[in-house]
Amino acid sequence: MIEFHLNSRSGLSPYQQLVQQVRHALRLGLLREGDRLPTVKDVARQMAVNPNTVLKAYRELEHDGLVAARPGVGTFVTRTLADDTLAAQGPLRKDLRRWLAKARLAGLDDESIEALFVSTFRSTAGEDVA
Amino acid sequence: MIWLTWRQFRTQAAVMSAAVAALAALLAVTGPHLADLYRTAGSSLVDQVSSSDQTLYYTGLLVVLAVPAVIGMFWGAPLISRELETGTNCLAWNQGVTRTRWLAVKLGVGAVAAMTAAGLTSLAVSWWSSPIDRAVDGGGATDTYFARLDPVAFAARGVVPMAHAAFAFVLGVALGLVIRRTLPAMAATLALYAAVQIAVPIWIRPHLAAADRTTVPIAPDGAPISIQDGAKQIVAHLEDVPGAWVTSQQTLDAAGQPAAVPSSFADCLRTEAGPPTLQQVDRCVADLGALGYQQQVTYQPAGNFWSLQWAETGLYLGLALALTGFCAWWIRRRVT
Amino acid sequence: MSAVLRARGLGKRYKKRWALQNCDLEVPAGRVVGLVGPNGAGKSTLLKLACGMLTPTAGTIEVCGGRPAAGVEQLAKVGFVAQDTPVYAALSVADHLDFGKRLSPGWDDAEARDRIRRLGLDPKQRAGKLSGGQRAQLALTLGIAKRPELLILDEPVAALDPLARREFMQDLMEAVAEHELSIVLSSHLVSDVERTCDYVIVVVDSQVQVAGDIDDLVAGHYRLTGPRRDMDALPAGQHVITASHTDRQTTLVVRTDTAVHDPSWTVDPLGLEDIVLAYMARPADAVRDTRPALEVVR
Repeated sequence: MIEFHLNSRSGLSPYQQLVQQVRHALRLGLLREGDRLPTVKDVARQMAVNPNTVLKAYRELEHDGLVAARPGVGTFVTRTLADDTLAAQGPLRKDLRRWLAKARLAGLDDESIEALFVSTFRSTAGEDVA
Repeated sequence: MIWLTWRQFRTQAAVMSAAVAALAALLAVTGPHLADLYRTAGSSLVDQVSSSDQTLYYTGLLVVLAVPAVIGMFWGAPLISRELETGTNCLAWNQGVTRTRWLAVKLGVGAVAAMTAAGLTSLAVSWWSSPIDRAVDGGGATDTYFARLDPVAFAARGVVPMAHAAFAFVLGVALGLVIRRTLPAMAATLALYAAVQIAVPIWIRPHLAAADRTTVPIAPDGAPISIQDGAKQIVAHLEDVPGAWVTSQQTLDAAGQPAAVPSSFADCLRTEAGPPTLQQVDRCVADLGALGYQQQVTYQPAGNFWSLQWAETGLYLGLALALTGFCAWWIRRRVT
Repeated sequence: MSAVLRARGLGKRYKKRWALQNCDLEVPAGRVVGLVGPNGAGKSTLLKLACGMLTPTAGTIEVCGGRPAAGVEQLAKVGFVAQDTPVYAALSVADHLDFGKRLSPGWDDAEARDRIRRLGLDPKQRAGKLSGGQRAQLALTLGIAKRPELLILDEPVAALDPLARREFMQDLMEAVAEHELSIVLSSHLVSDVERTCDYVIVVVDSQVQVAGDIDDLVAGHYRLTGPRRDMDALPAGQHVITASHTDRQTTLVVRTDTAVHDPSWTVDPLGLEDIVLAYMARPADAVRDTRPALEVVR
């Protein structure tokens, strides 16, 4: 079973962190189809987090079709994310390597590269949200 | 709520009961002997009381006088101020008890306990002292013992100690409620209670029952007379009305009008050196009497003891009720 | 949605000083509400008004559909854990449970005893000898076991060490999950509020600065950085919370319902802590102008 933890420095709200941790676990194969997620009460107690937050995270996962709630029994994983993206990851990584080499050739040091990546990532993410 | 009040209160109640029981036991052992003595000696008992019984007599007086003050300070004042100080009142007020009921139960339980403690103490002491009291009222010499109507003994006999205790308790509660801190509330309770206990005998008690008035002649062989304030004041002693409580005196002139003691009296008493001789005093007193001066004495006769007791009980219980009303108003309007 | 707490023009004055004024709130039921603000801002006053320990000087307040502390029934609906969690020092832990059982109509004795057992408290222990954390837990047990609709906690963890604070919050959150319980708690620790609450009320200088669903607030506030400019140039629908300028740069914290399209701004999302700090930092006279737009109530 998955164990959650909150990082107050992540900049993400607690519920987003929960969603992210489940997705991450699904991606890495730590959670598989049929696994049961901890109950809302257990998560609320263990992390001292608002149960509404846990509920909201579980509802979002359900909406995404990753888990299903069975009343009175618990919330179960219905789909895993592992295989969907694994195939795409290889080529993407290659692209990214090529891009990094280009950036270094252009004279950017590690810090500048990271800043450029993060700010670009943020601005595109912001557009998506907007 | 009664359970909680009792649970918080039981230590104090136990201490008080133990003290009352100890006193009662001591008095029960020594009392019958005193009663026997009265049966054989009558009013001359006052000369035959042993020194240990004399100590007990004064101890009893002091205890009954102190019980209401102690109750006000140690039961009344902390009752609410301590809860306000520690914040525990929130606990009760948010556990399904309205604050009015909270106050009512605390006041009720406390007042009943206070009246019981003071009542039992007074009963024991009054019973024990009754042979002496009867001897004094029957004309025994009064320089050692107080008449029951004397302000010192009056508050330590009969039913008024109960009313005093109820009043002192509610006074303590009210001051604790307003001051909100235990120690200052205790001090204020003691001060205010003492002030009331001094004010009532001086200004109020003399008027609680119809007083008797008598005019005594000023003569060497009349009622004993004290000369005070540089011979400007005369005080007559009513020896033929035993147990009476003299509440006021007034010198009257030949026309029967209130008047000051004439300056001729002081002139008559003047000496070259030292105090005037007994003969000189007698002569001056006789001269004053011959001028038609008389002494009017207002007093409460011993027979008024119970009507004064009930009237004062009513007065103090009324004050306690008024303070209770004030507490109820204050706790609803003024307490956080 | 029914409101668990509704205030209209609520105010409380002590002698000359207003501890709270012009307070309008509508807090939906079933939420865990965090009340944040600097010390002395009026948090305790608002909570005491809500549980009926204080009566308002102005306006009205309604809690669980009734006037606070109006009677036994109303008292049973609202639990209150006061600041520093007072308990009767001379009474034992078991006495406290007895006391709750006798006084509270809806008392859940099994739950209370179970909680005390899980906390590892000795029922015979005198409450005056408990540690701060244990005392807080005992007070919380009294608050939860009376089964209120709304539990109000005034700085419940302020005096506790981090471990005790964590345990207290764990217990509180478990209780929220178990019973359908609304919570209003005050804290000056925004990190605690972010974790445990889904609704926040910011009180500064005796005024409610903002109140709303935390996710909505986080989604609706941005930090804009860009070349120096006048604030009049902002489009309608964007409200400036704070503004700071250097000779070249302007930094704004804005609340907006729509996306910021102006490409000259660098737009950063804000965490709850930044939003709360922005409201705390802004000048008090700014409250009136922007108040209507700040009511984020769903």
